[in-house]
Amino acid sequence: MTATARTAGSQDLSRRQFIVTALTATGGFALGIAGVPGLGQAATLDVRPWGDEAAHSGEINAWIVIEPDDTIIIRYSRAEMGQGSFTALPMIVTEELECDWAKVKAEYASANRNFREHKVYGNLGTGGSRAVRENRVMLQQAGASARERLIAAAARRWGVAPGECSAAMSKVTHDASGRTLRYGELATEAAQVKLDKEPDIKTPDQYKLMGKSMARLDIPLKINGTAIYGIDIEVPDMVHAAIMASPVFGGRLESVDESAIAGRRGVIQVVKLPDAVAVIADRYWRAKGALEALAIAWDAGAAATADSTQFRKTYLDALGKRGAVARHDGDVDAAMPAAAKVFEAVYEAPIIAHATMEPLNCTAQVRDGRVDVWVGTQNADVALQFAAQAAGVKPENVYIHNTFSGGGFGRRLRPDEVAQAVAISKAIGKPVKLVWSREEDMRHGRYRTQAAIRFRAGFAADGAPLAFDCRTSAGSANPAAVKNGLEPQTIQGLATTSYNFPNLRVESVLTNTSVPLGPWRAPGHCQNAFFMESFIDELAHETGQDPYEFRRGLLAHRADFLHVLDTLAEKGDWGKPMPAGKGRGLAIHECYDSIVGMIAEISINARGDLKVDRVVIAADCGHTVNPRTVEMQLEGGMIYGLSAVLFGEITVKNGSVEQGNFDTYPVVRLKDAPKTEVHLALTGGTKWGGIGEPGAAIIPAAVTNAIFAATGKRIRGLPIKNQNLSGAA
Amino acid sequence: MITITVNGTSHQLEVESETPLLWVLREEIGLTGTKFGCGIAACGACTVHVNGTPIRSCSVPVGSVDGAQVTTIEGLSPDSKHPVQQAWLAEQVPQCGYCQSGQIMAVAAYLKENPNPTDADIDANLTNICRCGTYERLRRAVHRAAASMKI
Repeated sequence: MTATARTAGSQDLSRRQFIVTALTATGGFALGIAGVPGLGQAATLDVRPWGDEAAHSGEINAWIVIEPDDTIIIRYSRAEMGQGSFTALPMIVTEELECDWAKVKAEYASANRNFREHKVYGNLGTGGSRAVRENRVMLQQAGASARERLIAAAARRWGVAPGECSAAMSKVTHDASGRTLRYGELATEAAQVKLDKEPDIKTPDQYKLMGKSMARLDIPLKINGTAIYGIDIEVPDMVHAAIMASPVFGGRLESVDESAIAGRRGVIQVVKLPDAVAVIADRYWRAKGALEALAIAWDAGAAATADSTQFRKTYLDALGKRGAVARHDGDVDAAMPAAAKVFEAVYEAPIIAHATMEPLNCTAQVRDGRVDVWVGTQNADVALQFAAQAAGVKPENVYIHNTFSGGGFGRRLRPDEVAQAVAISKAIGKPVKLVWSREEDMRHGRYRTQAAIRFRAGFAADGAPLAFDCRTSAGSANPAAVKNGLEPQTIQGLATTSYNFPNLRVESVLTNTSVPLGPWRAPGHCQNAFFMESFIDELAHETGQDPYEFRRGLLAHRADFLHVLDTLAEKGDWGKPMPAGKGRGLAIHECYDSIVGMIAEISINARGDLKVDRVVIAADCGHTVNPRTVEMQLEGGMIYGLSAVLFGEITVKNGSVEQGNFDTYPVVRLKDAPKTEVHLALTGGTKWGGIGEPGAAIIPAAVTNAIFAATGKRIRGLPIKNQNLSGAA
Repeated sequence: MITITVNGTSHQLEVESETPLLWVLREEIGLTGTKFGCGIAACGACTVHVNGTPIRSCSVPVGSVDGAQVTTIEGLSPDSKHPVQQAWLAEQVPQCGYCQSGQIMAVAAYLKENPNPTDADIDANLTNICRCGTYERLRRAVHRAAASMKI
């Protein structure tokens, strides 16, 4: 299989163009399209069906293709949005396959094939910190199975027993005679081998590659402009679209006066969707300018007067209702009155947006009953369904060409842009690239829910913890998941708490407004860890205990928690004195099967300016595939959560989002970014925790607890920018 | 007719003079390494050099740079061997990578102005946004690039 053309967008390009090549043995980087080394393009650009390639004679299984020249193509079923699993998952296959990492090329798996072949790649959705957790066993098995079939094929050629042969570095060796055969020579025969039984997979003590820090395969493409994102796609005859949806959530398009753009250069037509207007032009800039010049009338609908003041009241009022009980240990109602001391607090968290660096965009072509979609999506399975529905074709006739994503963080799990682009392409009969402006992206998110929570905790006269009670009021991003009044995400990190109170209750009141919701990095956990870890900190101070020791006491039954806590305290200088105006705060939380703790050091000057100076992170995800990407995800997750805790707030007025761009929705820049250290405190065993999300969940309380340590001021509502800290230190 | 030289190649453009340089680079010239992030010069994803000075191309009308020399990420080096690119590889800076063309261009220009920056200099002068939060590695990479440029 060789690439035959070199222009991005050429219909002749192989889908194998989206290939990143492993680190070469010499330590340099080789980039390449198969057969065209150095070109370094990266995009799934092919309008031919996957079926053309499924017949490859060297395809050992859906995950692994071995070319005659020993190139190993490993298919990657998740989305690469910066988290590094495009490197980690192929490492898992390589570990078992015993192939030469330098000859590995990773490529996106086909969503179309996944549909046609009944989820041969499993779930393509990339969220929930699950790429490694959910794929590891499957990929180890795929690699091990392929290795054994290569060995069997070699043994058959030599007329020896497979048990006399071994595999390493893409070769099978007959141990007694020293004869060898390359994988590339065996692939076609190995593809025909049927094993009597599947081999056992390696245990962590047998890993050679997994657990080693490896250079990420995508990084060489991301330092010179060659990485192709959805927004960079160009297909022949393509036109450009700019779009505006009803500023009020749930509103409909009433009418458009096109007279203002009549005769404008490059403008092709206006497309009306039920809730949006798109302008089609020969260039994006012309489409965007024309869209801004249009006079558009909207039917704002039921949410026309919704605003943040009402929302806040709604969420707080809900705390006065009985909620569905998510967990109840012991009997809180009996225990609480017996407490010598009861502490109570209400916390709130605002709506926030994802603000991915790359605004949403999608290129679609609807032609002859077939749909091609080029998009950086976190969920190619759902994108395929959205596209099929928007075009009115069968899902098996939809081809999703996934690209790198300029950030996802949960926003790209709900591909609204795919449905729009497909509808527009269908309406105009041409391939179209739709790009959302930053303002459109900010104002039509799938936001993190607003939330409020009331805590009560009771202690005996001797300080022993007796009862813990909380009721949360938050919106459901996934009403289909609601059972018995409970939605898993809104109670994450509360119902699953490991803090040991003999009587403990978690209640949830689901509270939705007109604001569309979606998963935001560590959904549920990202508010609930802030709430829980702040209140636990309050309880420590109220009962006169050190926050670290207090947590140790409540978590004494969990050796893994204690290991992370102790590592954190040691590395983070817990207990060392700090000068006036500075403070240190600690938070720890378990999510996605990982335990992550952070200590934040902050300083506040007389004007009340807050600076997070240093963050120390300790984490137990059990094992790692690529420790470097684990560290990068913890660092980056922490910064993402830091933006939220310092600045993140979407407000609504007259039914519409008030923020539009980074001037009104500030995020962390270098000047706000603390010195950061990551310490892995791995406990091994059967634990395989996810790591993409926890960092975002844990930093908020570490910072606000540090503010308390420095100033005595307890932050119970976010973001911190709304708090006056002047004179607090 | 507007003429600009991009990465050493001269381009004659028949576009509206108010078209932002960003969209000229991406859609007229086909250089997509320079990214659209905000459109208001707030994020820096579109940073390129105009006559050696870093600018946010989303907010620069192409008519205002008629005759200028423009360098984009694609033209920073022919082989990814610019010290900043090499430092980026060594420190494994990018995650999603979308902002990194702009980051690298901003840093390459800044190091000419201040070849020996402190952390405080870096924090005060490099203002591009990275949503993945690569700042810790980015800072390290700036120091690494600065050191390698002195040799």
